[in-house]
Amino acid sequence: MFVPGKWSEDICVRDFINKNYTPYDGDESFLAGPTQATTDLWNQILELRKKEKENGGVLDIDEHTISTITSHAPGYIDKDKEKIVGLQTDAPLKRAIMPFGGIRMVRSSLEAYAREMDPEVERVFQYRKTHNDGVFDAYTPEMQRARHCGILTGLPDAYGRGRIIGDYRRIPLYGTAFLIAQKRKAKDQILPDVMDVETIQHREEISEQVKSLYELTKMAQSYGFDISRAARNFTEAVQWLYFGYLGVVKEQNGAAMSLGRVSTFLDIYAEEELKNGTMTESEIQEVVDHFIMKLRIVRFLRTPAYDELFSGDPTWITESIGGIGLDGRHMVTKMSYRFLHTLENIGSAPEPNMTILWSPNLPENFKKYCAKISINTSSIQYESDELMREKFGDDYAIACCVSAMRVGKQMQFFGARANLAKCLLYAINGGRDEKTGDQVGPVRNPITSEYLDYDEVMARFDETCAWLSKLYINTLNVIHYMHDKYCYERLEMALHDEKIDRTMACGLSGLSVIADSLSAIKYAKVKPIRNEMGLAVDFEITGDYPQYGNDNPKVDRIAAEVVRKFMKQLSKHKCYRNARPTQSILTITSNVVYGKKTGSTPDGRKAGEPFAPGANPMHGRDRSGAIASMRSVANLQYDYSEDGISYTFSILPATLGKDEEEQKVNLYNLLDGYFNDGGHHINVNVILRKTLLDAMDHPEKYPQLTIRVSGYAVNFTTLTHEQQLEVVRRTVHSKF
Amino acid sequence: MSTTIKGYVHSVETLGAVDGPGLRFVLFLQGCPLRCKFCHNPDTWRFEGGEEVTVKEQVKQILRYKNYIKSGGVTISGGEPLRQAEFVLELTRALHEEGIHVAIDTSGIYCEGAALEAAMEADLILLDIKSFDREKAKALTGFTTDHAWQLLEERQAANKPVWIRHVLVPKITIIDKKTDGSSFENEEEWKSQNAELVDGMRRLNTYSCIERVDLLPFHKMGEFKYEELHFPYELKETQEPDEQALAFAEKTLLEIRNPDQA
Repeated sequence: MFVPGKWSEDICVRDFINKNYTPYDGDESFLAGPTQATTDLWNQILELRKKEKENGGVLDIDEHTISTITSHAPGYIDKDKEKIVGLQTDAPLKRAIMPFGGIRMVRSSLEAYAREMDPEVERVFQYRKTHNDGVFDAYTPEMQRARHCGILTGLPDAYGRGRIIGDYRRIPLYGTAFLIAQKRKAKDQILPDVMDVETIQHREEISEQVKSLYELTKMAQSYGFDISRAARNFTEAVQWLYFGYLGVVKEQNGAAMSLGRVSTFLDIYAEEELKNGTMTESEIQEVVDHFIMKLRIVRFLRTPAYDELFSGDPTWITESIGGIGLDGRHMVTKMSYRFLHTLENIGSAPEPNMTILWSPNLPENFKKYCAKISINTSSIQYESDELMREKFGDDYAIACCVSAMRVGKQMQFFGARANLAKCLLYAINGGRDEKTGDQVGPVRNPITSEYLDYDEVMARFDETCAWLSKLYINTLNVIHYMHDKYCYERLEMALHDEKIDRTMACGLSGLSVIADSLSAIKYAKVKPIRNEMGLAVDFEITGDYPQYGNDNPKVDRIAAEVVRKFMKQLSKHKCYRNARPTQSILTITSNVVYGKKTGSTPDGRKAGEPFAPGANPMHGRDRSGAIASMRSVANLQYDYSEDGISYTFSILPATLGKDEEEQKVNLYNLLDGYFNDGGHHINVNVILRKTLLDAMDHPEKYPQLTIRVSGYAVNFTTLTHEQQLEVVRRTVHSKF
Repeated sequence: MSTTIKGYVHSVETLGAVDGPGLRFVLFLQGCPLRCKFCHNPDTWRFEGGEEVTVKEQVKQILRYKNYIKSGGVTISGGEPLRQAEFVLELTRALHEEGIHVAIDTSGIYCEGAALEAAMEADLILLDIKSFDREKAKALTGFTTDHAWQLLEERQAANKPVWIRHVLVPKITIIDKKTDGSSFENEEEWKSQNAELVDGMRRLNTYSCIERVDLLPFHKMGEFKYEELHFPYELKETQEPDEQALAFAEKTLLEIRNPDQA
């Protein structure tokens, strides 16, 4: 039934897709609405989610069972109506404990929701060490200080690192029996003369991978399915694939648990059904809707401190849609439409994090449909297939928000981010923290001149960045060594090749603060106000200076240079498992927390005020309209920020055009322009400020109100009050 | 071509999507002789000030946005852009050499010499008809609308497109509520109170060069600027127009312009 090829002998999903998929150029008119079962199921979920919200954000917790692939009995929402089955625990929205990342995180999460640690679980972890314990055993005092004062923040040292995408398509295409056999074969081939650390680690990991595949098979069996063989039809293909994903989220509470690039793969099975007349469009859509519904109710148990950083209970089940194949054919299929259509059938939602791999060469109809979905739901994001295809080919997917990786062939060590705005203050203050006065960086004389001199500051800043980049990489080396040791992602890695490319995914925050600060020092006069300890705690600016976000090369060049230089610094250091360092400019919602932890900066930002998210210009400083702002962002080089550059854009519907047709066309032309200019990522919100304000006062009226923040989408009403305010304050482009 | 002529720019909006077709770079020029009571950009009124640019510099800046404005173009707005007629004329010509579509957003107040030449060089005129009543227009803006109709005649004679914009200000250009302050319930009743507006729409319809008529509801988002500038804001008591009346106005417009669709 399928065109055979290399994929028939060896694991090669890309080859299967390439030989069998059917590009679709038509419009959305073929799509089917929700079935009665879909609507019924969704209403039940909405009801549960309402209870979850009333209950303080967590509906229920199974605190007694350490979650593994097979730990829980089958769970259902409404068994007879579900076309796709499988829950993380035995009931929907009941959260599991996954302590291998850190038992402390479990303890404080339970405490936050007024639950007790089960003594049995507590007892197990008297003998079993976790990732978190390991990291703190190895951290140096300097690392602890950097972490404590927040120059390094969000480090995955107490929770699962995530950002690894299993190639879930392998399960339907091959069945677990074949995958196990291939893994065994691979292990047998690793027989070197010298049993060195790498070899021992690799052999042990493959054994773990094989075990996880057996467990997955067993879990599927408990639901009545035999996934040891390949899927035989569309519904099985979706079910098999979902089991793979489900197994992973039963075992790993990773920061981002992305799905990959599955829609065009699944379309091949659906096309077969349509061709044979074995399924109708409505039946296919129903399966898709039920699958998406399952992804929407994935939950992890997390602490309030974690929620403050990554607000809105995100899981980053990112699904990458579209793009252009290396042979020049676009990869939009009917399934691309069906996935997006779930936002219409069961309403807008932050998860799965649907990401369009945009190219100006995508079919016109599809571009228009994406624009329509953005305008109506503000739930999707766009990333440049042009930039990424060049580096990652045509079978890559996005992990988390903006991190591209070749599916099943590449993984990353998630590194959160360094606060470069704080780093600039350390450069001025001789390595002392501006908030605590603690000596965190190496001891240097602080800058003492009355006005800041650009060359002097730059020299100090470069020096401080050199120190920080080294400390940063070393810290990440500790974290990822321990994560591999105590919290290895065996199932995700079972769905990878044996030979893996690894990146050390660093990040920087505060880019617009740095760019504007350096610009102020260069083009205006900046006078530090020092406290009794001699620390610069505030700055007086005389005169105007070019601000990032106005397409002004004077300052945009500074921003690009900061990114390039920091990347060069990071590249100098040796990474765990020979990973290649990369960086992102992405803050998720943590720009609020970073701002809180950072003193006043030379750009005029006051202590405690939020940074702009990701690579965005500072609030209200982009005064030449959105396109100027986009050009400033697009000016940053993807080559030096290969892990992604995030930009969030919000516009009022009426500002985008007079009627829906105009709005659609203008939006996709805007996207074409941005990506032609070299932009990497954009979140699009088409929303009224008054809707947001009303939702703050009356959350019950907006159970599904979704907005895009840096790299992901959230349900607006689940954000903290502080973050809601920050979103409202953020520049909404509207000139009148 | 004289690319050294200087213009005085109030500000730019790089993402314009409602000032002409497609995505547009909107250039707001400094200075306007009109004093429209509903103006939301009184900061552009002063003849002095603005950033000085040459045509060459302005074209260079616009070309940075070529990737975005392919589907649209440039809209020269203000202030009253045609007060700087020679600059606008040269800029329009220079943009035409680059293959860029140019719209001029004007009240038509300058309608001779270089201003008329510039207005005729433009691909599209966005023409503000301030009121369909000559005298009311004078009270509202300081000038009658004679010049606007004159410009419309010129465009009509040359068969060049025009989009009309007309701001609906309660009690001045639209009667949006009954005398007792309640909303109109039926269209006929509303029409009977708004003969001036309805006749105005009919009059516009006799010009085949008019491709589109936008009715813009009055809003007060510019009020704060009057306070900052210490200008009196005479429409303090005026509310945004009643939604029902707006719907009747839109419907009437559609009936007049596209009887088939209405």
